[in-house]
Amino acid sequence: MLTIIIDGIAYGMVLFILAVGLSVTLGLMNFVNLAHGAFAMAGGYCAVVATTRAGIPFLLALPLAFLVTAIAGALLERLLYRPLYNRPHLDQVLFSIGMVFMAVASIDWLMGSQQQFVTLPEALKGRTEIFGIPVGRYRLFIIVLCGLLAAGLQLILSATRFGSQLRAAVDDARVARGLGISVNRVFALTFAAGSGLAGLGGALGAEILGLDPTFPLKFMIYFLIVVSVGGTSSISGPFLAALLLGIADVAGKYYIPQAGSFIIYALMILLLLVRPQGLFARAR
Amino acid sequence: MHSAQDSTAIRPVMRGRTALELAFWLLAFAAILLFPRKLIILNEIAILALFALSLDLILGYAGVLSLGHAAFLGLGAYTAGLFAKHMNGDPLTGLAVSAAVTGLAGFLSSFLVLRGTDLTRLMVTLGLALLLGEAANKASWLTGGADGLQGITMQPLLGQFAFDLAGRTAYLYSLVTLLILFLIARVIVASPFGMALRAIRDNPLRARAIGVPVSHRLVTVYTIAAVYAGIAGALLAQTTQFVSLDVLELHRSADVLLVLVIGGTGYLYGGIIGALAFKLLQDAIASATPQYWQFWIGLLLVILVLTGRERIRAALTGISRRLAFGRATAGSAP
Amino acid sequence: MTSPVLETRGLTKRFGGLTATRDVSLQLAPGARHALIGPNGAGKTTFVNLLTGIFPASSGTTSLDGRDITRLKPEARVRRGLARTFQINQLFANLTVFETLGLAVNEQRGHGGRLWTSFAGNRETQSRIEALAGDFGLTDLLGTRTVELAYGRQRLLEIATAFACRPRVLLLDEPAAGVPEAERHDLLATIARLPREVAILLIEHDMDLVFSFAETITVLVEGAVLTSGPAAQIAEDRQVKAAYLGEDAHV
Repeated sequence: MLTIIIDGIAYGMVLFILAVGLSVTLGLMNFVNLAHGAFAMAGGYCAVVATTRAGIPFLLALPLAFLVTAIAGALLERLLYRPLYNRPHLDQVLFSIGMVFMAVASIDWLMGSQQQFVTLPEALKGRTEIFGIPVGRYRLFIIVLCGLLAAGLQLILSATRFGSQLRAAVDDARVARGLGISVNRVFALTFAAGSGLAGLGGALGAEILGLDPTFPLKFMIYFLIVVSVGGTSSISGPFLAALLLGIADVAGKYYIPQAGSFIIYALMILLLLVRPQGLFARAR
Repeated sequence: MHSAQDSTAIRPVMRGRTALELAFWLLAFAAILLFPRKLIILNEIAILALFALSLDLILGYAGVLSLGHAAFLGLGAYTAGLFAKHMNGDPLTGLAVSAAVTGLAGFLSSFLVLRGTDLTRLMVTLGLALLLGEAANKASWLTGGADGLQGITMQPLLGQFAFDLAGRTAYLYSLVTLLILFLIARVIVASPFGMALRAIRDNPLRARAIGVPVSHRLVTVYTIAAVYAGIAGALLAQTTQFVSLDVLELHRSADVLLVLVIGGTGYLYGGIIGALAFKLLQDAIASATPQYWQFWIGLLLVILVLTGRERIRAALTGISRRLAFGRATAGSAP
Repeated sequence: MTSPVLETRGLTKRFGGLTATRDVSLQLAPGARHALIGPNGAGKTTFVNLLTGIFPASSGTTSLDGRDITRLKPEARVRRGLARTFQINQLFANLTVFETLGLAVNEQRGHGGRLWTSFAGNRETQSRIEALAGDFGLTDLLGTRTVELAYGRQRLLEIATAFACRPRVLLLDEPAAGVPEAERHDLLATIARLPREVAILLIEHDMDLVFSFAETITVLVEGAVLTSGPAAQIAEDRQVKAAYLGEDAHV
């Protein structure tokens, strides 16, 4: 029982790191980027190649995954995404789905369609007993790392100049422009950081979520759930939503395996029936 | 006074269009004789066109974005397949049953879909399609799961025309169904209801402010669209005598979006033109690189959006208008 | 006094801790020419949104022709005879003038849900559309799409569209806002000519327009009614001058 909760928390934490970038960019530019998962996949494959082929240790591969995807995010934002900010949502959906399809097919071509694995350091393998409960060390590592990251993000958002600019821009981009904030620059940075975090999440999650070329498609709905249930106006909303989703999914698949992902979809639909604006969205 | 002026100005264009339309449908029927070896793919085109027409009703006319329209295609296909397998192999009865089931599903889910913003709509439509896909996958005792629903045998159409291997009956069946539903859709979009949909798409706030019951109208059109998609699915199941989980997958919903965008949203021929272009393209690419077909679809989507689908559509309608005018003037010349 | 056609009692709207509309009671007699004025941020827009049903009221009631409409949706209020125009043009960019007016006429006649008849095939609908276009000087533009209309024409279409709903009460939300000088005269003349059977509530900044049009005036300050009365009396009211007209020194 406790093991399931801990697994669920670890799973949820990874989902949070994966989706938080999407939630901020969506709140900031109202841009529906369904290709967010492609960045996560890129990060995952980065870690796989680094650890298995180049022999780079896992702990170094993580920041590498972040950097590579952040740079890729920054480039794509500048070249492809920026012209589409003021377009209808239909255009954004078509465009980002197209990106997903291209990413899926490209990875399939480059790496093959089979499941990929990262090489974990010995120290993170196996289990440790905490208060007599056996806990996977890697899951513990994830919980600690993601917890720190979440706290760090919250700190950046609430205590730095960049954070206050970002919050102002999310609140009302027009007013923020009037105050002399360069919304485009804030957005470009956020997009890059969000993509980087997704990449990091992909690298971290390869072990527990699985990694193959269909990753962006499989987890698209999960990101959307985190964002629409958690709302786009804070860090804590998506965080709680991701944790709930993680625990519910792990518990559901453990106790009622024959239902598969059914439970999550049904839960989400039920939730939106009750709270169409999301669970943690602030009323406007 | 206005109407008189208007109609004289429009008349040559209208006449040109009618001639073009007539030619198009005649050609579609003549294809049975002209391309007897291509009837299987023509059948697929007709079904895809119907599916795209269904999406156009909600997306092109009412402005409702869906990422899970395959839910209704799949539901229709499984309903028709199961009905034929276990109850009755008559195609038209199966079509009616599928229409009823998907109509009910569309009606019920419309209340979920029509709340909230584009984002929640995307998520709910996607979620519903995934939910159905997962259900069909897990209920393998009923649906055959990943192996697909096999063992569907259809009785001859109207008790007369057996489904043949070349696909003659299949194509004719799908084409006639498409034509009938197309004509119905044409009446609907030209009705007060159809105009209300366009108003909702342009400006839902203002539509409410002149008394349009927005959610009521959207429920109606969503239900109609579900029926259309369900019939497309039923045609697919009946003419191929097989249903696989593939009908519920995300790429089906994405493909039909692409079809509609290629052909143009918000006018009824968009889906048909798009389906034709899409299938021919797919055929061409698939014979060159069968494995990475998805990559090219993605590239096409990205290019379409970046160059501006409005611009592409404007170019296309410009060409077709010129064609129509050309025909009209040629026709009126002595 | 005859019984009011539109009446609010103690209408209040709170957003969290903020009270945007405070205990507003207002009466409109049939055929009234009533103006609602107030400085920026006085809560005029919130009040309009309450009247039309866009926001639910926190407390208080609204009634139309003596029937309670507090809980009705916006579109249901329109069908009961409460129509509005918008401060910023809210029209259907891709529809023509003919289609826009026809849409409103069809809804008003209860034909809006018809699937099987032609949009403007009905002779009565057709003649109503043409009559409206004639009244608002839009006859030559019936086939023009809204996006292609000049701004002043769009404002006229706004009013004509609201009128097509055959309202008993019409809310004009800053009808002259943003209209270039050249087109302004036409617009004001049209507003002055609106038929007397319709009670009009004008929400306006422009004091020239308010005093040339309104017979009674209500002044809203910080969400509450400061004072209400005949136009001449309001013009002399010292409180009003202090609270509001001081801004507009030319009055």
